[in-house]
Amino acid sequence: MADLDLDQFRLDVRQWLSDNCPPSQRQPITREEQVWAGRNMQFPSEDAKLWFERMRDRGWTVPDWPAELGGGGLNEQQSKILRDEMKQLGCRTPLYDIGIWMLGPAVLEFGTEEQKREHIPRIARGEVRWCQGYSEPSAGSDLASLRTRAEDCGDHFLVNGSKIWTTNADKSDWIFCLVRTDPDAKKQEGISFLLIDMADPGITTSPIELISGESEFCQTFFDNVKVPKRNLIGELNQGWSVAKALLRHERKLMAEIGGDTPGPSFGPVQAALHYVGCDASGKLRDPALREQLVRHEMAYRAVGLTHFRTFEERISGQTDSNVPLIMKYVGTEEGKRKDELLVALLGFQGLGWEGDGFNSDELLTTRGWLFSKALSIAGGSSEVQLNIIAKRVLGLPQQ
Amino acid sequence: MALVLNEEQRYLKETAREFFRTQMPVDVLRQLRAGKCPVGYRNEDWQKMNELGWAGIVLPEEYGGLDFGYMGLGAILEEGGRTLAPSPLLSSVVMGATLILQAGSAQQREQLLPAIASGELTVAVALEEGHHHDPYPGNTNLVADGDGFVLSGTKSFVADGFAADKLIVVARSAGSAGQAEGLSLVLVDGDQAGLTKQPRCFADSRAAASISFDDIRLPASALLGDLRGGTPPLELALDCARICLGAEMFGGALECFERTVDYLKEREQFGVKIGSFQALQHRASLMYIELQLTKSVVLDALSAIDEKRADLPQLASLAKALCNDVFELVTSEAVQMHGGIGVTDELDIGLFLKRSRMATQQLGSSGFHRDRYATLCGY
Repeated sequence: MADLDLDQFRLDVRQWLSDNCPPSQRQPITREEQVWAGRNMQFPSEDAKLWFERMRDRGWTVPDWPAELGGGGLNEQQSKILRDEMKQLGCRTPLYDIGIWMLGPAVLEFGTEEQKREHIPRIARGEVRWCQGYSEPSAGSDLASLRTRAEDCGDHFLVNGSKIWTTNADKSDWIFCLVRTDPDAKKQEGISFLLIDMADPGITTSPIELISGESEFCQTFFDNVKVPKRNLIGELNQGWSVAKALLRHERKLMAEIGGDTPGPSFGPVQAALHYVGCDASGKLRDPALREQLVRHEMAYRAVGLTHFRTFEERISGQTDSNVPLIMKYVGTEEGKRKDELLVALLGFQGLGWEGDGFNSDELLTTRGWLFSKALSIAGGSSEVQLNIIAKRVLGLPQQ
Repeated sequence: MALVLNEEQRYLKETAREFFRTQMPVDVLRQLRAGKCPVGYRNEDWQKMNELGWAGIVLPEEYGGLDFGYMGLGAILEEGGRTLAPSPLLSSVVMGATLILQAGSAQQREQLLPAIASGELTVAVALEEGHHHDPYPGNTNLVADGDGFVLSGTKSFVADGFAADKLIVVARSAGSAGQAEGLSLVLVDGDQAGLTKQPRCFADSRAAASISFDDIRLPASALLGDLRGGTPPLELALDCARICLGAEMFGGALECFERTVDYLKEREQFGVKIGSFQALQHRASLMYIELQLTKSVVLDALSAIDEKRADLPQLASLAKALCNDVFELVTSEAVQMHGGIGVTDELDIGLFLKRSRMATQQLGSSGFHRDRYATLCGY
């Protein structure tokens, strides 16, 4: 019976999407066309606005969040069906925001009822753009050594310090931060999780230019910023457990986007056929590139199957699986290899920087390749991931 | 697509693990090696496996099988891989029975399959002629002669070929080496006059033979399937066997990995457990990652056989290449991480190393399968 219900759900979803998703919103999306949440939301087109509003009104910007808080109220299987059907039709993601991907799930897990009612519906409706304040100039992989202070001043905290790699901080309305609330406690134990309005006095941001030429990462400075106490998520000095839960969401997200960084519209096989070509026997002309390509394609398929296996394991109740712990490493490392491969396949055309002589896919190959280098560093570097596997999965002794 | 075992399959896997742990530990292979037995497995073990119904596990019920599927057989082979357990499951039940089921006449199927399913008859497939796996050989010939055929040539590597009751010989009836067309399949008794078998002793202590056919006259009824029609059933049988061998290799790699991680937790040098060194931790984590990726592929490939999926050839090459690579990685690292004791015969790790390289050569190296995968994908 449950299966039948799901089949019916799938048909309903399919029908609704085909009735409501404008044809223009079923084309592959470019970066400029992404609709980001925010107080001053910008839409690249009327269709994008329409599509966003229709999805928002069904709660499908956040399909698996509670309906009474602005979500779609779907269970995991229904959410997957919606994702599958959107993918099948090529529907664009209607709303982009790390409030959806990261903060929301943490507020739902750790927040009070009041905090949920304050923040969750606004995230679901795309009214606030969020950014994340974790790393600091001297706290990267060793995140727990962070030093941004939040001093208890009775009815508020006084925040001083700076955060780095705050993605899109210059465009964001709110920031969720890890701050030190007890400087005398052991590393992880004196940290709290705070939500801060970026419009508050004392906050400044400054973009950082990356090797890819982009500057979506910023450094954010806090100079005597007053933060109301009700913005504390979870218990005082217990922020590390909130952060860990949130990091899992980030890693899951990065595992998924690792192979899908902003890049060209073609995949490695298409690029190989176009830029290298085949000989009379139908084999790629360059045997070394052919070998590199097939290795990547095989690994990529294995990664995809492993994603699917973790899903099946979860659905079938085999929750003791450690497989999700490998996916951040695997997704980002394979993503980097894919981008290296694309550059190699395109040759000179894969290294164009700007201007004439290169089409947009070629330029995106260059930029995507350079950007992919950040993915195995951000959100817990690959080396940290290997440490985690050694400790938590293999149970190897710690020094 | 099924990437997790159902309850029945999990139960079978547990039964198999217990069986191999208690009845066929690695010491069985050591005993066989010491006895220089050309059969390659102990008959008593094979009988016990038959009592559990494993020889008929993938065969249809109409031929006395259990029709339990390859997800189940894969689970058995994986557990057998953990103790390097030798048996004719792959040669007779996967390769032999698949060819008979696909190509055989109704009479051949009825005559042979129930006997294979019960384990009383074993079949080996004689394919390889050169130094490397090649599905399209050219130097064993099957020529029409009156109302029958004449078979001549030499097969250099026939797994479990010395003791098999019957051989299915892949022979050329048209064309030349390297061509997919023109191959025929023919059934020959293991003790047929004009057939010479020489045991070959390989590093992994499994049984293989070199077999010559000296102008053997065969009746028309010996032909399996159509003359020159051998390739399609052969391709399918090879793909099933590649995946099943992959499952066995995965089990071997997993066992070797677990033994190595255990050793890292107990061996002390410089006053600490060596497993606390980051240089070793990262290498262990990388092996774990490769094993997890390979596991997903093996499961998907096994389910592709059961579901008769069109992408079976791709998955067979994907699975065999990845299993080759992960088994090589893990066994090499296992020897190194065990240090001096890793290169002694006393430790089982060396047996896994030897099995890894032999299994890699069987049914296609990683290079063979990457080339095939690329070709199947159109580049």
